[in-house]
Amino acid sequence: MEFARRESPYWSARVAVPSLMLQVLVALVPAAIAHVWFFGPGFIFNLLVASVFAVGGEYLMMLWRERPPEVALTDYSALVAAALLAFALPSLTPWWVTATGALFAIVVAKHLYGGLGFNIFNPAMAGYVVILVAFPMHLNLWMAPRIGDIDYQYLTVIQTLVYTLTGSLPDALGFDVVSRATPLDVMKSGLNGMRTVNEIRANPIMGDFGGRGWEWIGNFLAIGGFWLLIKKIIRWQIPVGVGVGLLVPATIMYMVDPGSSPSPGFHLFSGATILCAFFIATDPVSGATSPKGRLLFGLGIGFLIYSIRTWGSYADGVAFAVLIMNMAVPAIDLVTRPKIVGHDKKSDSR
Amino acid sequence: MTAPTYDLGKLHGGLRLPGHKAASTTKPIQDVPVPSQLILPITQHVGDPAQPVVSMGDHVLKGQVLAEPDGTLGAPVHASSSGTVVAIEPRPVSGRYGNKAPCIIIDCDGEDRAIEPAGNVEHYTRLQPEALLQQILRGGIVGLGGAVFPTAQKLMQARTCSIDNLILNGVECEPYITCDDMLMRERAAETLSGARILMHALQIESCFVVVESDKPEALHSLGDAMAELGDDRLILKQVPTIYPSGGEDQLVQLVTSREVPSGGLPTDVGCLVQNVGTAAAIHDWIENREPLLSRITTVAGDGIVNPMNVRARIGTTIADVVEFSGGYSEHPDHLIIGGPMTGKSVSTDRVPLVKATNSILVVLKTSFEGRQLSCIRCGDCASVCPVQLLPQQLYWHACADDENKLREFGLTDCIECGCCDLVCPSHIPLTANFRIAKGRIQELADEKARAVRARERFEARNARLEREKEDRDAELARQKESAKQAGPAAIAEILKRKQKKSEED
Repeated sequence: MEFARRESPYWSARVAVPSLMLQVLVALVPAAIAHVWFFGPGFIFNLLVASVFAVGGEYLMMLWRERPPEVALTDYSALVAAALLAFALPSLTPWWVTATGALFAIVVAKHLYGGLGFNIFNPAMAGYVVILVAFPMHLNLWMAPRIGDIDYQYLTVIQTLVYTLTGSLPDALGFDVVSRATPLDVMKSGLNGMRTVNEIRANPIMGDFGGRGWEWIGNFLAIGGFWLLIKKIIRWQIPVGVGVGLLVPATIMYMVDPGSSPSPGFHLFSGATILCAFFIATDPVSGATSPKGRLLFGLGIGFLIYSIRTWGSYADGVAFAVLIMNMAVPAIDLVTRPKIVGHDKKSDSR
Repeated sequence: MTAPTYDLGKLHGGLRLPGHKAASTTKPIQDVPVPSQLILPITQHVGDPAQPVVSMGDHVLKGQVLAEPDGTLGAPVHASSSGTVVAIEPRPVSGRYGNKAPCIIIDCDGEDRAIEPAGNVEHYTRLQPEALLQQILRGGIVGLGGAVFPTAQKLMQARTCSIDNLILNGVECEPYITCDDMLMRERAAETLSGARILMHALQIESCFVVVESDKPEALHSLGDAMAELGDDRLILKQVPTIYPSGGEDQLVQLVTSREVPSGGLPTDVGCLVQNVGTAAAIHDWIENREPLLSRITTVAGDGIVNPMNVRARIGTTIADVVEFSGGYSEHPDHLIIGGPMTGKSVSTDRVPLVKATNSILVVLKTSFEGRQLSCIRCGDCASVCPVQLLPQQLYWHACADDENKLREFGLTDCIECGCCDLVCPSHIPLTANFRIAKGRIQELADEKARAVRARERFEARNARLEREKEDRDAELARQKESAKQAGPAAIAEILKRKQKKSEED
């Protein structure tokens, strides 16, 4: 009898990249609902715009690179990048700003480097930084969280959609009415204005740790993140690294000078800390690969977030911290190479 | 019964695989009858091919030597039943690439008549280790775990090192395979007797018998046999069921916490590992004068009607063995010699069962889930690698065909266990890539060695020519000088002498 030949092993992996990506998307759902709850339907519009341009960009780049487009489209990695970008944007963002970020993320940061698996930089963060630099004004337009005692002007779904499409608000409303500075901005400008942390935290936008609304989104992101940890889709080293890298300097400074240093809890629950720890920094492609390397990678990101928030000119530093550490990945991979069994020490094989 | 001990070293990575071992362990080992024809490859071991010592038409008896080892590394091949040699020719064998190899073909007469054992042999306990090793050499015994290294020579090499650990490998970590399990259940006493012969040959005072935790029956029967023997030099050890803890180097690491150096042998760290099947074969040869004529093989997989363990004569075709096990169910896709992780896929069942054949696995369909994608650097491959390689980086360098980087990242340390393949979400056939890359590296090394040899020869020739030329020039100069000093009279003298010499010639 005749049989087909094959190479061992004859079993293949049960996991697959598309299902990993889908699970990351699923893990973002609770936080997405919270985002819409607190900051209105703009998030959904941003997500749609980012997804359309990310997937469209991916499709065209695959055609241009003469590769089968369905391979890239069915791994859902463009959707993950789009979702992460949408989380980083204020809910009021004109479509061209979102589109620029999504296209830059996919076309430049991902496909010009060779597509999934070859990109050095985290695509979503590269896209975000480009629009942060190109459209700084738009990225500061966060609405106030929709919580009872905060004075805010609620935009209807239609008004939000009109803003997303045209970039203009209803006649009666100005930017100053619908938007608020983010808690990180409030903290930064307050400290620059020589006020103490306690005075700044008297602002009704501030919650138990970070900003109200924001910290709830943080909770839901953390739930999604822990689910990914349990499912072993991400490993603990990067989230822990980011947390420790940020919280250790924050705690030290808070103990030394509580008047001008926000609490570690504020750092943890403000800005994109939790999103970064579980969803952004954990992108395997642009991160370090060995467990030790991932810890270092996370620590570096955490420390850079703290540094940029404290000493830099931007209120939050997640995107820059991630991109800077992306650049350090080859070096980290080199110094954290594990010792091969049967070799004396690392140096003998190098 | 003697209870197993657990104190263990640590192994990096590995996988908990579904065992699929129940189906083939429901009934005792079955004996496959003498087939009508035996196909006996002359190379069933690591080393040089054995040389046939029989000719076409010869009648041979069971246990008669058909081929003798030639060179330093090898083992004799015995006739596994009586009959007539009808051909000595290349036949398809279950090599990794389905190639052909020279085989001795015997048409069996069905009488299964055995050859008379030659003379009386002293009991091994009264033999010096060297004499015992010489005897083991005659038994045609090779490592039955699948590596088929000639056992006697492995022991001789070990005698030159200082060995303090003899490890009997009953781990059998690969899914589906249960031949060692069944052997330990049914022939625990013989296995332990083999271990004691090995201890005598090595002059060593302890032996670990190591079994994986998913074999409680084997552990039990070994424990009982040990209690009966009362030999406290034998220590039963249980290791967790993690693939690939049965790999030789991995087992050494697990049992002794010692790492076998890269490119080295377990003997470099004072250990010698023998498969339990090998130990039983040594017992059969040394105590019962029966050379390695048959082996226990697992016949399993969803493409087999009655999965079981069989004892079949070496040289029986896979087709005969499968037929004995109830035949194929439906139309199987793959026939694999060995297990699902490291086995070799063959294209026909007309290949013989050889000393290395520990399992015949018939698979209806291998499932592929999803297409191959680019590596996303998730690092899962590195976390399961038992040798702590970075398969993901190796793959990158293998694609780039960068020999130096491949060496630097330890390609040659890869044991091809296949763990990385099983966790890769991008479904990259890593192990197959590494196998090819290893072949390339070997090729390059051979090429380089050839080039070096050629250059050395060329340079030596040039140096010799140069030297000869210098010698000639120096001689010429000397003669000129002496001629100048001696003057015309002396020249005439020399010319006369030369002339005389040419006349003599």
